[in-house]
Amino acid sequence: MEPVVHLRDVVALLGRFPALAGASLDVQRGEIVLVRGRNGAGKTTLLRTLAGLLAVTSGEAVVLGSDLRTDRRGVRTKVGLLGHGNGLYDDLTVEENVRFWGRTVGATDDEVTAAMAHLGLSGRLAGVAVHRLSAGQRRRTAIAVVAARRPELWLLDEPHAGLDAAGRDLVDGLLHHAVEAGATVVFASHELDRAEPLAHRVVTMAGGRIEPVAPVTAPVAVSC
Amino acid sequence: MLRAAALIAGKDLRIEARSRVATNQVIPLAFCILLVFAFALDPDRGTLTAAAPGLFWVAVLLSTVLGAQRSFSVETADGTRDALRLSGLDPGGIFLGKSGALAVQLLVLEVLLGVGVVVLYTTDLRPEGVALLVVAGLVTTVGLATTSTLFGALSAGLRVRETLFPLLLIPAVTPILIGATRAYEAALGTGGADTSEGWPWVGLLGVFALAYSAFGLVGFGALMEEQ
Amino acid sequence: MTPQVTSTGTKATRVIGALALVGLGWLLLFGLVLSPPDENQGEAVRMLYLHVPTVWLAYLAFGVTALGSIFYLIPKTRSLAWDRLAGASAEIGVLFTGLTLVAGAIWGRITWGVYWTWDARLTTTALLFVLFLGYLAIRRLPATPGQRAKRCAIAGLIAFIDVPLVHLSVTWWRTLHQPATIKTIGDVEISGSMLFTLFVGLIAFNLVYIWLMMHKMRVMMMEDALDDHGLELALEERRAEAELQEVVP
Repeated sequence: MEPVVHLRDVVALLGRFPALAGASLDVQRGEIVLVRGRNGAGKTTLLRTLAGLLAVTSGEAVVLGSDLRTDRRGVRTKVGLLGHGNGLYDDLTVEENVRFWGRTVGATDDEVTAAMAHLGLSGRLAGVAVHRLSAGQRRRTAIAVVAARRPELWLLDEPHAGLDAAGRDLVDGLLHHAVEAGATVVFASHELDRAEPLAHRVVTMAGGRIEPVAPVTAPVAVSC
Repeated sequence: MLRAAALIAGKDLRIEARSRVATNQVIPLAFCILLVFAFALDPDRGTLTAAAPGLFWVAVLLSTVLGAQRSFSVETADGTRDALRLSGLDPGGIFLGKSGALAVQLLVLEVLLGVGVVVLYTTDLRPEGVALLVVAGLVTTVGLATTSTLFGALSAGLRVRETLFPLLLIPAVTPILIGATRAYEAALGTGGADTSEGWPWVGLLGVFALAYSAFGLVGFGALMEEQ
Repeated sequence: MTPQVTSTGTKATRVIGALALVGLGWLLLFGLVLSPPDENQGEAVRMLYLHVPTVWLAYLAFGVTALGSIFYLIPKTRSLAWDRLAGASAEIGVLFTGLTLVAGAIWGRITWGVYWTWDARLTTTALLFVLFLGYLAIRRLPATPGQRAKRCAIAGLIAFIDVPLVHLSVTWWRTLHQPATIKTIGDVEISGSMLFTLFVGLIAFNLVYIWLMMHKMRVMMMEDALDDHGLELALEERRAEAELQEVVP
């Protein structure tokens, strides 16, 4: 069956620096893959490349059926990326942010409301301007924005960082829910205690390349 | 594309309504500039009245630099640039939306500044010149907004953007400044000018606005792609 | 592999350079000594021989930059060579535009007693100078060759549309209220041996331009080749990082 992600010897440049120096990875539908590695190993670059934001200099790269060397834009609306920044407008409220970003991809009001509920943002917080929130609350809002897009491929950079225990539970629940509905997740994390139980498979990055490690749980049986 | 433009323009105007940067800072600054001109030029010998059209547009231009920078600093603050690229919105639409929001803010500024100039520089409005004032003002504003949005995208996210952006914008909008000032001189009758002399300038302003709008629609997508 | 070229001079540039020197020498001889002084302006008219070629070159260089920008933006003809052409021409162009303004100022001082007049051509040239500076500022921003080429091409195209509009608006403006009594250096009547000298001067300066362009573009090519070579090295270093680190437990 067509993998959701297929990378073979991918080189991606940040300016002149080869952030990805020959990365190879295959991810099947319904998998949750954890990418770990030291700072500077290339985890963030990998996620941004999979999202279609960075150009691929060489190698094979196909994500959700789109070849990243020729059609990066096609991939973008099908993925959801949680990056280092939150991608929020400080002066607008939580609800206005989620609704605005949801509308750009055509999400319905119900989907927006559901996404906010999943992250515990439906009550008082919904009408609060983002610049007044704590860092953890902003992070949850950013995740809600991703959720509202209902992406086929979730790309998350440190989804647990900055969240309290309750927030982390919410995120885990959200991801399981998404995978059951047919989505795929690739996420990077330093917090291995929390991340490893969540993942079906763990890979390690170093020097811009990926070294696979044995699966920590049996892979989820997927029907095509 | 129009849907994208409406979404973006609405978002930018809503942010302005919340943060009130333009009303609390840019407009007062524009009035300060009007006052500064009065200090720099002798207010008692009619210099201000004679130069009123030019001074008005200089004040608008300087305020545009600030307003446009604000429009883009909103986007670079928290990684929303990436989010815009991921949104799948048509880049031409994003361009129209941001230009449109900026234009609306500029128009409000111009009306208020216009009142200020009439009062502070003892300028008389002629009935036959009003149509020219309005039309020339609209076309000039479109030109300023589209050019600023284009250069704003070019310099956004760069460490040197605060100084690069004015350097790029001000020479490029010289034709607008010349044309708008001449049109307003004609409308107000400054220096004996007749209203009919102003309309050819409106033509030039129109060409400018059209050219930059076309540029933006076509080139904005490419400019967004840089990181 | 690393090219072994150590200099950007070739037979072609040496020939062109020599011709340019001869041309300049000729210009100096005819311009300063052998051609007649003007009836009205006296010896000061000799500035013409410097000023006209520099004006011509300033606008030629600008045109080449605009052309290079356009050809880079068209997908079919896209190639970094066009970007190098545009960038080199802009650097040389800003030099000649500056020279034009200085020469014009000196001439103005000698004949009219003022360094500057707000006539259409001078004002447009001043704006061209600033636009060039903006273009060069964009060129110096840190970026990969591809990013820089795209940014500069867009800026070059904008300037290409802008300069005619600037010229039009300034000309309209300055001819509206002033009768054309102010003669600028370009309005001097030339004939006979003056024309010949001018012609020689133009050719000489064109050769200088071509010589400078060839050298500059070769330098740019070598810089880019250095970057590509640098990429292979960078890739090796990057992969070596992995071996030096222990795998995170």
